[in-house]
Amino acid sequence: MPQDDSQAAQGTAPSSYVYYRHKLPVRIMHWINVVALTIMFMSGLQIFNAHSALYWGKSSYDGTPPVLMITSRVSDKGVVTGYANVFGHEFNTTGVLGVAKSADGQVVRAAFPSWITIPGMKWLSMARAWHFFFAWIFVLNGIVFVLYSIFSRHLARDLVPTATDVKGIGASIKDHLRFRHPSGEAAKRYNVLQKLAYLIVIFVLLPLVILMGLAMSPMFDALFAGWVDLFGGRQAARTIHFVAAWLLVAFVLIHVFEVIISGLWNNLRSMITGRYRVSTQMRQESSHD
Amino acid sequence: MIDSTQSRRRFLARAAAAASALVLAGCDQLSRTEWFPRVLAVAEKWNRGAANAIVPRKAMAQEFAESDRSPQFRSNGTSNPGTDEYQAMVANGFAGYRLAVAGLVAKPMSFSLAELRALPDRTQITRHDCVEGWSAIAKWKGVKLSAILDAVQPAANAKYVMFHCADPMESDGTDFYYESVDLDDAYHAQTILAYDMNDAPLPVPNGAPLRLRVERQLGYKHAKYVTAIALVDSFDNVAGGKGGYWEDNGYQWYAGI
Repeated sequence: MPQDDSQAAQGTAPSSYVYYRHKLPVRIMHWINVVALTIMFMSGLQIFNAHSALYWGKSSYDGTPPVLMITSRVSDKGVVTGYANVFGHEFNTTGVLGVAKSADGQVVRAAFPSWITIPGMKWLSMARAWHFFFAWIFVLNGIVFVLYSIFSRHLARDLVPTATDVKGIGASIKDHLRFRHPSGEAAKRYNVLQKLAYLIVIFVLLPLVILMGLAMSPMFDALFAGWVDLFGGRQAARTIHFVAAWLLVAFVLIHVFEVIISGLWNNLRSMITGRYRVSTQMRQESSHD
Repeated sequence: MIDSTQSRRRFLARAAAAASALVLAGCDQLSRTEWFPRVLAVAEKWNRGAANAIVPRKAMAQEFAESDRSPQFRSNGTSNPGTDEYQAMVANGFAGYRLAVAGLVAKPMSFSLAELRALPDRTQITRHDCVEGWSAIAKWKGVKLSAILDAVQPAANAKYVMFHCADPMESDGTDFYYESVDLDDAYHAQTILAYDMNDAPLPVPNGAPLRLRVERQLGYKHAKYVTAIALVDSFDNVAGGKGGYWEDNGYQWYAGI
């Protein structure tokens, strides 16, 4: 995080000041990433709908059943039931997965419902077009971000945990579980769990999701014969791609949750204008709202 | 305080839901415009360029062991062309079948199945990756497309090899399936016109008597029921002009990814 351009409030004892928290390139790349990842996730689910089963191994048809299948069946009386089969265990998912109502009230049989896919209707070729276009934006943005983070020292200064950070992991976990957040000067730095979460997303999950995407390409599979088998085979790669995408969703949910409870507008403003208000008062015991 | 917080939360939740519904409807509208899909389609060129820059043009697709073969090789798309002409060919064991090769070539030729079987062949156990997402593995034996091309001698201006098929895609018997590949893929060592699958003559659901195997691309490029080949310098005057049946219906011509 950049320099401290403290602007003390006029008048008597200043109780807070504005701190320039996120530099412009980080803010721009953050929001590009939000758009690209959202579109890739939703178009990815539409692509998944074209064959709504996942397997472990080189092929889909090797004599073993899928590890995950989301589909629907119609009873003799015409009742449609949506269900998910996970490792052989079946769950009734009617209304959400397998069969759900679309925005215009129609009952649609599809693995993921229209409100979470791009395009909303069954349209594989268009979903692929969205997915690949935004894959390029996402990858180029990611490469620029990593290079920027290295050369601007954003990575070394703000993201890599310090020795003190590492010692404080236990305390940080306790704080997070009690929804307590650093205030004052400490709020100007990422906390250790935050740093680890960002590092795992940037250097493990996102590269993995890209690599597993490429592993599904028959052309990239030919680069080194059999490299895809290191990940369990092409169908395993498709499964990992799917799971990694949902792990990213889990990250985003936690991220947004933390943004909200640690000061939604202050956080949001700092990622838009860069400015973050730091309180200089002693922390007061109060719940978040 | 509690009330105002709750109503504020409810307002934010509703605003978020309304905004996302609006964005989604917007995405669907964009998908239906003329111009936006054309913007998205530039990614196809980038995909092809990146693949060709990173993967050597002669790199071989992975080949598998006998034990990797799928117990049943799935048939997708047409499982039987169903036309009178095709039924008659099936009835006499494809005895009258001929593969016509024409277009931008020095010597247009046609081949019977026996003649094709006499040309240089290749056997490979490969994975078939459907654009839908599934994969299946089978053993294919067929005539190398390069051997056929060597026989007919493509003209200098030939850029693509086009495959015309016996299966109509419309129920009224029109709109025959077709596909095309560039010359790099056409001359690739693993590009064959398969007449055997899993050590037996190609079954009807899998494209009898002859189907294309172009192993570094997705399944829809692997045209089944191939009856004619034409070398061309552009797709402009063929069907929808995009180089293939599914391409005419919005799918990417470059199916390496």
